[in-house]
Amino acid sequence: MSLTREDVTYVANLARLEFTPDEVTALIDKMGAVLDYAETLSELDTSTVKATEHVLAVQNVFREDVPKPCLSNEQALANAPESEAGCFKVPRVME
Amino acid sequence: MEYEMVIGMEIHVELGTRTKIFCSCPTKFGQEENTHTCPVCLGMPGVLPVLNEKVVEYATRAGLALNCEIAHFSKMDRKNYFYPDLPKAYQTSQFDLPICTGGVVEIEVDGVKKDIGITRIHIEEDAGKLLHESADGTLVDVNRCGVPLVEIVTEPDLRSAEEARTFAEKVRNIMEYTGVSDCKMQEGSMRFDVNISMREKGVTVLGTRTEMKNLNSFRALIRAVQYESKRQIIELKKGHKIVQETRKWDDTKGVSASLRSKEEAQDYRYFPEPDLVPIVIEKEYIEKIKRELPELPEAKKQRYIDEYKLPEYDAGVLTATGVTARFFEEAVVLYDEPKQISNWIMVEIPPLLKEKEITMENIPIAPVQLAELLKLVKENVINGTSGKEVLKEMFNTGKNPGEIVKEKGLAQMSDTAELEAIIEKIVADNPKSVEDIGTGNEKAYGFLTGKVMKETKGKANPQVANKIIREVVAKHLG
Ligand SMILES: [Zn+2]
Repeated sequence: MSLTREDVTYVANLARLEFTPDEVTALIDKMGAVLDYAETLSELDTSTVKATEHVLAVQNVFREDVPKPCLSNEQALANAPESEAGCFKVPRVME
Repeated sequence: MEYEMVIGMEIHVELGTRTKIFCSCPTKFGQEENTHTCPVCLGMPGVLPVLNEKVVEYATRAGLALNCEIAHFSKMDRKNYFYPDLPKAYQTSQFDLPICTGGVVEIEVDGVKKDIGITRIHIEEDAGKLLHESADGTLVDVNRCGVPLVEIVTEPDLRSAEEARTFAEKVRNIMEYTGVSDCKMQEGSMRFDVNISMREKGVTVLGTRTEMKNLNSFRALIRAVQYESKRQIIELKKGHKIVQETRKWDDTKGVSASLRSKEEAQDYRYFPEPDLVPIVIEKEYIEKIKRELPELPEAKKQRYIDEYKLPEYDAGVLTATGVTARFFEEAVVLYDEPKQISNWIMVEIPPLLKEKEITMENIPIAPVQLAELLKLVKENVINGTSGKEVLKEMFNTGKNPGEIVKEKGLAQMSDTAELEAIIEKIVADNPKSVEDIGTGNEKAYGFLTGKVMKETKGKANPQVANKIIREVVAKHLG
């Protein structure tokens, strides 16, 4: 499957990844190869096969609506690279 | 050229479950930041979400109340986007197989009834909250993250701001009646997204639409629709094309503005959620929920008209919210004068609520207390004017009406002899009024009654006083 530069930069943008022009060139082939491999599935006739909604043959796994203890504020923030005033701190978001 | 407005809505309703949709954290509102979280709702790697059974029940109930088909088979999907209010970088929602489809809600605007189609209802999780209080960054509170929502999506059937508001209010009432949500607007339990486009009257093709998200009051909804439709008409009349975009509604300034940053096309890359298994709902389950559905506003209104012989207007006001209807019904069981109760709920109670800046939800008196008060008025223990005074005192002190009447000495004068003596004196002191009545000026009766009420500090029974005044005046004119 042939990909364009635009395809690669579009997907990169969605994933918030930045690439140099050379890396994009390399990815055109690499991503194309992955897609080609997946494409082999299309050789099969699946017109009579029901869509797989889930890989497990299990349904209706539910939980009772009963509260359980939560993490403390300190525990919740323990892995945060930055925190302030009991909150996670991230780079400024434009409103 | 005349334009027609075409509106479709998405209404997010927070479900009134005790815990979040995929974890056992409580959903309580207004708690300290980041104190209602766990590894699941924080989006830690390797955790396993499990669906709250109440979410399925409430969504089924909401769907049935809005006349939807309940899907036998539905599933959860991931909606991918980066925003810091979403720790997982995706929202767990439903894409192609929502839990409810194809409903309808009837609205009435200016006496015209109209069906508004419900395209679908799906279940999903709420996002966290961004606080913009830090000097050099944005702060994130994850407490709301994972609170269960239903998103109700309409067909583009609405044609005016008034229709949009009427529809939204009706949905709110139904959600409140069915106990699916508390629908507290001020806590964000209900939010509206509106899609608006304009087209020339008579044209069937839809125009280009814009979207405004997260309107959190009926007032904001109306104003946003009015503003945006006017803006689009102005653009179209100038010969400009409408740009399909998301616009931000600024309720303080009363304007909408383009969100340039979001202009890049949204690509959510939905895919089935591998961590959650499908939901299969059997007919028996749907039937059970259907049987348990409470009486809905429409049916209740009709019953009030039939059973309590109330005017349509009264029935409409009393059934407008579940709390008011419950209050009325509890009172009417104890005091069988529906119209009396209705009058007091519609006329006397609202100003007192307003004064205290509260709503029916927090009314400080019980239905039994109102019933007791109205009995005192009916039995002529106190008159209507004193009744209003007692009600106010009940609001302020929470005391029972009987107690207040005693404390304030409001009981009506039942001693006719005493009242007669007072009236004799007043009539004697006001010969001009007697003369006026003699020449046919009936208004003078009102003047004398006023004097009597003043003299007795409002404790005279007006009917009794009136009767005695007429007798005494007749004697004087004799
Ligand atoms: Zn949690």
